[in-house]
Amino acid sequence: MAVARQKPFVIRHMPGFPTLAIVCFFALYMPLVPLVIYSFNAGNNIALWEGISFRWYVAAWDNELVKAAAVRSLVVASFASFFATILATMAALGTTRTRAYRGQTTIYALINQPLMVPEIVTAVALLILFAMIKEATGYHGYAYLIIAHTAFCIPFAYLPIRARLEGMDKTLETAAADLYARPWPTFRRVTLPLMLPGIFAGAMLAFVISLDDVVITEFVKSAGQDTLPTYMLGQLRRVITPEINAISSVLLLISVILVTLIFFLSRNKTA
Amino acid sequence: MASVSPYSNAPVLDLEALARRREVKTNVLLTVPALTVLVAAASGPLLIMLIFSFLTPGDYGGVKWELSFDAWFQVVLHRDIFDDTISLADAHLSILWRSVKLSFLTTLVAFILGFPTAYFIATRPPETRNIWLFLVTIPFWTNLLIRTFAILEIIRNQGVINSALLGMGLIDAPLDMLYTDIAILLGMTYVYIPLMILPIYASMERLDFRLVEAGYDLYASRWKVLKRIILPLVKPGVIAGSILVFIPSLGAYVTPRVLGGGKNLMLGNLIELQFGQGRNWPLGAALSLTLLVIVMFALIFYVRSAQRETH
Repeated sequence: MAVARQKPFVIRHMPGFPTLAIVCFFALYMPLVPLVIYSFNAGNNIALWEGISFRWYVAAWDNELVKAAAVRSLVVASFASFFATILATMAALGTTRTRAYRGQTTIYALINQPLMVPEIVTAVALLILFAMIKEATGYHGYAYLIIAHTAFCIPFAYLPIRARLEGMDKTLETAAADLYARPWPTFRRVTLPLMLPGIFAGAMLAFVISLDDVVITEFVKSAGQDTLPTYMLGQLRRVITPEINAISSVLLLISVILVTLIFFLSRNKTA
Repeated sequence: MASVSPYSNAPVLDLEALARRREVKTNVLLTVPALTVLVAAASGPLLIMLIFSFLTPGDYGGVKWELSFDAWFQVVLHRDIFDDTISLADAHLSILWRSVKLSFLTTLVAFILGFPTAYFIATRPPETRNIWLFLVTIPFWTNLLIRTFAILEIIRNQGVINSALLGMGLIDAPLDMLYTDIAILLGMTYVYIPLMILPIYASMERLDFRLVEAGYDLYASRWKVLKRIILPLVKPGVIAGSILVFIPSLGAYVTPRVLGGGKNLMLGNLIELQFGQGRNWPLGAALSLTLLVIVMFALIFYVRSAQRETH
């Protein structure tokens, strides 16, 4: 389309729109700048600049509560994204490239439910259910957090995997079957390698989503099971020190790296 | 069957039906593990919550297993403890109203800023388009709490905005922006605007600009082209974006908690209160289900209008 007409620029122009867009991009990034800058503040206050130092990064690193919360976040996110990715891969295989069958709409609705129901509603419902189970069994471990995280990570892992599968036709698998490959070797040697970029993207999305979760974790966790986000939420009620800025900056950096990775992974798919 | 399979004419139809049935069975089995987890930790709990909303609150949180409709009654009505007169529950209604009002305003502001941004991205050359999109996605995947905290830092009394305004001499005393409805509105718009931009962009990308050109050829003004050609064509994206912003705003918990302080509650905070200090789990359950019903209506509205677009 753009090739056919060499100067579509005037036609596409809308007065004021580029200005508003630039304002929007500025607004998206501007608030993050003071957040990062003040993480290097030498003073005790998040408002008063007293020179550059790394003391709050050191403080955060030395803070046992932060360290424990960080490890907990990573462990929960690893388990949840691992399980969610496996379950989502199976579900994607069962719902794509197939004849329509009865119940498929219900399956889609169930898989996407965590995207549609407000987090606070799911959180409260889980609180009620898990309170009953905790009382009945006396078990207060991490399984609750991992199951809850796995559930809401499934749709995020499912969507990229399904998108990848839908872009693959069945010719290669049919060819493998024609050459007398049994279903499992066909899957392992043909389907799975082709799906891998989608699976990686899905796993990483699930990981980021689990790592970032505040609401469901806040309601599901037992005493002493703070993850990094719920620890930070608790700290925001108290006197805020630049330690929170330091933790935020590190998390920000991790998110940016992961999102950049996902971006390039999904770009290779089209190339 | 208009199948291209070389076997379609062979007399193996029974086998084919059998294979088809087997394929469906395998497919359903493949989805079972995921569905089990989802039913256990997403759908099932909602049903238990429905039951809890019809029970009597326990003394220290939890419930007594006695049937009661009080929780649903309390969502909008209030019974005076002295003379049993029934009145509207002003506290709940004002919180409900604030939630709806702020979510609506968030959606509106996000649209006003997000629409031109999506248009801007869609009209960039294809090589740079992905980079602009990427710039929208990064904040979206950044922790919501961190982004809310970033807003808290810039609007507080000694924050960047107040310091700048004071420095320029535009104000004498810092503006009290934190812990107001405006703060919540600002925070939610900031947090959810990518959800408006991305679907509008997806519609805009498929926009046929020859139609726009035709409009100009027929002497339409820019405003008229925008209103009569572009907006109707990208309407599905606008509706999708609005729903995607409206629903999480309505259920927002973190943003109003951090930016609204203890006073400016939204529905999400009212729900939490019933499970904390309020110790009224049935009421909390009833309020959650009320929120869910409003969200479902919004979703039905969306599905309806999406269907109308495709017909």
